[in-house]
Amino acid sequence: MSDQTHSEHPEHFAHHIRRYLYVFVALIIGTVFTVWASYIHFPSREINIAVALVIASCKAFLVAAYFMHLISERKMIYGILGFTIFFFTGLMALTLWSFGDFPPHTVTH
Amino acid sequence: MEIPYTVEIRRDTGLYNAKVGIWLFLASEVMLFGALFSSYILLRVGAPEGYWPHGWLTVWLGTLNTIVLITSSITTVMAWASLKMKNFSGFKFYHAITLCCAVTFLCIKSYEYHDKFIHNEITLKDGRIADGHLIKKTADVVTIEGHFVTDRKELFDTHNGFFGPPKHGELEIKTADIAKMSNYGPAHHTYNAIYFTLTGLHALHVIGGALVIFYLWAFGERMWKTDPERFTNRVEISGLFWHFVDLVWIFLFPVLYLL
Repeated sequence: MSDQTHSEHPEHFAHHIRRYLYVFVALIIGTVFTVWASYIHFPSREINIAVALVIASCKAFLVAAYFMHLISERKMIYGILGFTIFFFTGLMALTLWSFGDFPPHTVTH
Repeated sequence: MEIPYTVEIRRDTGLYNAKVGIWLFLASEVMLFGALFSSYILLRVGAPEGYWPHGWLTVWLGTLNTIVLITSSITTVMAWASLKMKNFSGFKFYHAITLCCAVTFLCIKSYEYHDKFIHNEITLKDGRIADGHLIKKTADVVTIEGHFVTDRKELFDTHNGFFGPPKHGELEIKTADIAKMSNYGPAHHTYNAIYFTLTGLHALHVIGGALVIFYLWAFGERMWKTDPERFTNRVEISGLFWHFVDLVWIFLFPVLYLL
């Protein structure tokens, strides 16, 4: 919601409001698509998980970029988010890395 | 003492202070939910083959809640846009819808929680398992709406459709025949534990965000009249938090309800 990039003229805002409505419709379609895709029997459950997470990421991008106005924010905010993404990615990487960390002779399924 | 940079932009950051503050707070929130998502992954991967539940939650209720939160997100941004266009009644209108959405979301979530607390798994002394929703419990008999299974594994992949489990008949079980009875609360399974933790924490965020929005909605008129820019910034900050709450749910919904 960057006040530096949004003029306060109503006609300028009408353009933004139209954009919000498009994003809203896209989010609803994304939700319907997520549910529909979850009932498709892909060759493996991993594909179902990947499809659901890709759709969720697209929806999250729309919310962050347009509703939270990250698409036109100040450098300072991008800096904070850069650190967040770095540490979040690190956390997930450590989680995935731990899958292979079994003591010798461990019985796995 | 006046708080500096509530409206005017700081030269070094290019922002008013509250905006830097809320983004730093949201960064810490990402790590909080990230840690819980990480726990979810570890619990799921660590579950024995065939013992991670699918279909324990009602998909149509989760879908409805997702649509409710998305709707509240657009009304939040419209409330802020209304203030930018100097339309206070528009702000009141849109945030009234946001608050209705928040209450609807919490009502649906409460119903889902209640459904889990009356859902019971009953192990009989002969080894059979009865699973269903509790109707009546007396000293001698437990009545549930459910069905029997011979292998506990059958309860983990229910193949329930969009509208939830099929209707089962009533079962009367003598208390003397019961070896173990537990509801689908947090202690039932690691899935339930992480489900209640994630959705409970998320619900607390919804309550917190709704309270702030309600305060601005109900008592904001005076500040709007005396310092409209500062009030608009407050609405913007509360809106950023609300969008984050929506963003978390966008991931919680497929992870807990669909996968």
